[in-house]
Amino acid sequence: MRLASREGMDAMMSKQNQMKMANVPDTTGHFEGFGGRYVAETLMPALIDVEKAYAAAKDDPSFDREFRDLLKHYVGRPSPLYFAPRLTERFGGARIYLKREDLNHTGAHKINNTLGQALLARRMGKRKLMAETGAGQHGVATATVAARFGMECDVFMGEEDIRRQAPNVQRMKLLGARVVPVSSGTKTLKDAMSEALRAWVANVDTTFYVIGTVAGPHPYPVMVRDFQSVIGVETREQILEQEKRLPDMVIACVGGGSNAAGIFYPFLQDANVRLVGVEAAGLGVGTGMHAASIGAGQVGILHGSKSYVLQDPEGQILNAHSISAGLDYPGVGPEHAYWADKKRAVYVSITDREAVQAFHELALVEGIIPALESSHALAEVRKQAKEVGEGGCIVVCLSGRGDKDLESVLEYDAKGSQGFAGEER
Amino acid sequence: MDRIQQTFQRLKLEGRKALVGFLMGGDPTMEASEAACRVALDNGVDILELGVPFSDPTADGSVIQAAGRRALEAGMTLGRSLEMVRRLRASYEAPIVLFGYVNPIFAYGYERTAREAAEAGVDAMLVVDLPFEESGEFRKHLDRHGVAFVPLVAPTTGEDRMKVILKGSKGFVYYIMVKGVTGARTALATGVSEHLVLLRKNTRLPLVAGFGVGSGVQARAAAEHADGVVVGSALVTAATEGRLGPLVRELSAALGGQKTV
Repeated sequence: MRLASREGMDAMMSKQNQMKMANVPDTTGHFEGFGGRYVAETLMPALIDVEKAYAAAKDDPSFDREFRDLLKHYVGRPSPLYFAPRLTERFGGARIYLKREDLNHTGAHKINNTLGQALLARRMGKRKLMAETGAGQHGVATATVAARFGMECDVFMGEEDIRRQAPNVQRMKLLGARVVPVSSGTKTLKDAMSEALRAWVANVDTTFYVIGTVAGPHPYPVMVRDFQSVIGVETREQILEQEKRLPDMVIACVGGGSNAAGIFYPFLQDANVRLVGVEAAGLGVGTGMHAASIGAGQVGILHGSKSYVLQDPEGQILNAHSISAGLDYPGVGPEHAYWADKKRAVYVSITDREAVQAFHELALVEGIIPALESSHALAEVRKQAKEVGEGGCIVVCLSGRGDKDLESVLEYDAKGSQGFAGEER
Repeated sequence: MDRIQQTFQRLKLEGRKALVGFLMGGDPTMEASEAACRVALDNGVDILELGVPFSDPTADGSVIQAAGRRALEAGMTLGRSLEMVRRLRASYEAPIVLFGYVNPIFAYGYERTAREAAEAGVDAMLVVDLPFEESGEFRKHLDRHGVAFVPLVAPTTGEDRMKVILKGSKGFVYYIMVKGVTGARTALATGVSEHLVLLRKNTRLPLVAGFGVGSGVQARAAAEHADGVVVGSALVTAATEGRLGPLVRELSAALGGQKTV
């Protein structure tokens, strides 16, 4: 038994929690106090249709067969679980493994979910997909499957994100998608999602809304988690094969939380595997310029579900900040809120500065350029490696590749030589 | 009999349809929006629908989005909206409906909102992103304090679901005429009359139709199978341009109102 006694107690308590967790979400999508379906009546029948169609698809072996086949031959799964020897040596503690979602077709984990939803859309007879996107990875992944299935595609993207993720905008256009610029609010992911919901209301008969994360109204949080859980299922098999045991810790970044939900979910019942979600601390949680919804938010209702939200005392949603467009969102998936409350996962945060440092570090030490989102998880590994210690092992979800972030990082580094205004030290 | 019932009964006797007028509280300032509400009520609005601003209004088109943004910049809150209702209530007997999104209400507290709304003289609440399934707790508090929770029915709502939504509902029923966000449109949606006829079969409550109405001609057409018509974005725009009174008179006249000022 490798666990200290206190950890043993924690593990037992987690086991009790798991008994309860087996019953969530309920039939209306509630993870106890979180989740649900808070949308305009116009969308309710559409959500119920998606829910029914998904339930039927889940029970249909041919749906699963086609999904698995595409994951293998189109996405290139299973993605490798790579032991990072030089990073392990550098951090001087636990053995570090990277789950290489960056090697998927389109360069991130997002395609796992968009393929699943596109198959469902086709099954429901929809000819058009629409999506919101922050970093552009989900937009690219949706545009990709739309091309693959011969569907039309509209991607809603904030103007600020269009600016900082220009390569992905070009990619979406090449794939035949229409990129719809969103100029309201902070012109980032939050506003893109609001606008996508508005557009869906107007086109609900013909269009399938492909939500990119485990947020939004039921059944999206469950459906996206299910499609993404291929990450955790593979990781579990691969680590058992390579290490002959389960990892001590699994670390993943959390914006809305889809890659984290995907890699955590298959480990939920493994009480000894610690699950660590990493939110974006931006300039520092104390500055107010961050995206740590679980770490510093309150329970609220945004974009169709109840979860932790960054908001003022009047219930107005606050602007998030992160150098990483994919984490720059003032909410989080309801199941993460639930896991946080049940203490089945812990949520920490990493600043822009720490993330950029981790970005450079992985490039130099392992020859892998990570996405800025994933760099948040990598920065947490540095903190946890010694804590878990030699003889232990940590898996980190490398959710995407960093080519899209070169400009943001270079810009940050250039400013860095003059100091960062407003940053918490 | 409550103010909403009285209003619809009186209008029925007069052979008129209700003009439900939406204005955003706090747009562009609290004082100016209160003055606009008075202009609207003085010129023929039968039921005032007062918008409570929210940072992320996912059911609203550009006009009401902008109005909400101006109101938030002016410091409007749910608490201040209730204060405004209290002052309006001192001068008017017309029903007042608060229209908003769930998160500011959730943050204020469901019980507190219901209690203070009743005290201020609010007759009904309309929460656009709080569908029937999620509204149980709030409805319970509103019921206890005698404030109606207005059910919304959309063109996408089938008859089975309609029956569930309407069961035990109070006040009036709000029929969303378009698949889309708020905002005046050049043409009225199709299929409206069929839906309203279906609704009529399933409820004895007054039916009000909204979304997309901007002129007297449209209002009259929309009112054909309804007991009232909601006009929102067009009034907000008119208030901004200083022609709220004339538009309200045009709409009221189109709905059979004889009001002359």
